[in-house]
Amino acid sequence: MTKERKMNIREDMSWRDMPQGGHIIDAGNAEDFKTGDWRSMRPVWLQDKCKQCLLCWPVCPDMAIPVEEGKRKDFDFDHCKGCGICVEVCPFKAIDFVEEE
Amino acid sequence: MAIKDKLSGNEAIAVAMRQIDPDVVAAFPITPSTEVPQYFSQFVANGQVHTEFVAVESEHSAMSACIGAEAAGARTMTATSSQGLALMWEMLYIAASMRLPIVMAVINRALSGPINIHNDHSDSMGARDSGWIQLYCENNQEAYDNLIQAIRIAEHKDVQLPVMVCYDGFITSHAVENIELLEDEKVKEFVGEYKPQYSLLDKDHPISMGPLDMPAYYFEHKRAQAEAMKNAKRVILEVAQEFEKLTGRKYGYFEEYKMEDAEVGIVIMNSTAGTAKFVVNELRKQGIKAGLIKLRVFRPFPFEELGKALSHLKAVAIMDKADSFSTAGGPLFTEVRSAMFDYARDTKAVSYIYGLGGRDVRPDEIMKVYQDLLEIARTGQVKSTFNYLGVRE
Repeated sequence: MTKERKMNIREDMSWRDMPQGGHIIDAGNAEDFKTGDWRSMRPVWLQDKCKQCLLCWPVCPDMAIPVEEGKRKDFDFDHCKGCGICVEVCPFKAIDFVEEE
Repeated sequence: MAIKDKLSGNEAIAVAMRQIDPDVVAAFPITPSTEVPQYFSQFVANGQVHTEFVAVESEHSAMSACIGAEAAGARTMTATSSQGLALMWEMLYIAASMRLPIVMAVINRALSGPINIHNDHSDSMGARDSGWIQLYCENNQEAYDNLIQAIRIAEHKDVQLPVMVCYDGFITSHAVENIELLEDEKVKEFVGEYKPQYSLLDKDHPISMGPLDMPAYYFEHKRAQAEAMKNAKRVILEVAQEFEKLTGRKYGYFEEYKMEDAEVGIVIMNSTAGTAKFVVNELRKQGIKAGLIKLRVFRPFPFEELGKALSHLKAVAIMDKADSFSTAGGPLFTEVRSAMFDYARDTKAVSYIYGLGGRDVRPDEIMKVYQDLLEIARTGQVKSTFNYLGVRE
């Protein structure tokens, strides 16, 4: 269930409509912000090598590896900032690490 | 009935703080502001206030503690001088940008080096772009009055900005003068109860303060901050009117002394205005049309009002007790002259930097400034725009 939100801050808003001092007057609004554009390196999921051991999932600091019904899906690139921890931890070399274009 | 007393500037500020009874005072002692937290900590020890007094280990921590306390929703005050203000520098910007209405007494003192504990305005002038409102005081009475008004200005919902109340180290801070105090209840009633719009301690309305602001938002927040400063111009006058009803003492952006028919004048801040008024009186006795403007509100800068107030003069000297080393005059000069470009183009303006590091400013020196102005008014020629007054050539 999504909690009712008091304020959504958007990039098309005037300075008049923003809360003063940059205060975030609402909890749970991180979903509004895509932090993946910091990335300089990009993990590539090699699905055929992946054994679905899920070691990558708990180490991801950005929760950018979605898991559904016990199986990992492809990266959430809106939030992956390319730290490469998943690449390090994968025992099957199922994650490639390439430069972001 | 107002209470007549004789107090030093620092005592007057401490008494005002006792009457305001803020929730938190975090302060570190530094000459010449030391007495403010010293007197105030006695009030705390005696149980005369309900304030949480935080004895910190530096001014950087003092301002940090003030920011934390004010963000938590506490009415917060402090005092500092010189290097102490300089050490607060990065926190000053944070206090203003987070829109925290902290009120601070700044007891003006020269910045090192060389080390000097005496008065000039280099400390508060260094903080002029930090987003704090700045009020300047000629004497102990004004320091007391401005501190009480500062609370109302800072906390006004359209402003929500910190305020520094600046007065001259030793000259005002330590000299004892007659003063009229308000009754405790009247001050309490005037400042009212602080009801912060946001508070970190309000568990029913969780909030984050001071987050990361990326390029998509930072500019908008600065624009809103600038608007608050604009709003402060209106609020400062509203609060002053209310204060006048209470005390009979009138405050505006600046005081105009014998300016109506003046032909030459000076713009000056803080205690030297008193000396300059004496000189204006002497000149008036000789039939010379001299006037004076004492600036009270430096931030927000009363651009239009000040510019217009100077438009009927033939010549004006803008006097800075701080050098900005721009080689283009002191900080007050550059801003006043900028206002004059729009509103007083026919008035000749000259800069005088004076009294650095506590150098005495004598009436005969101010007299010399007026004589220079009279010469400019007579000839229409400015021989020297940028001047130093009272330095050994």
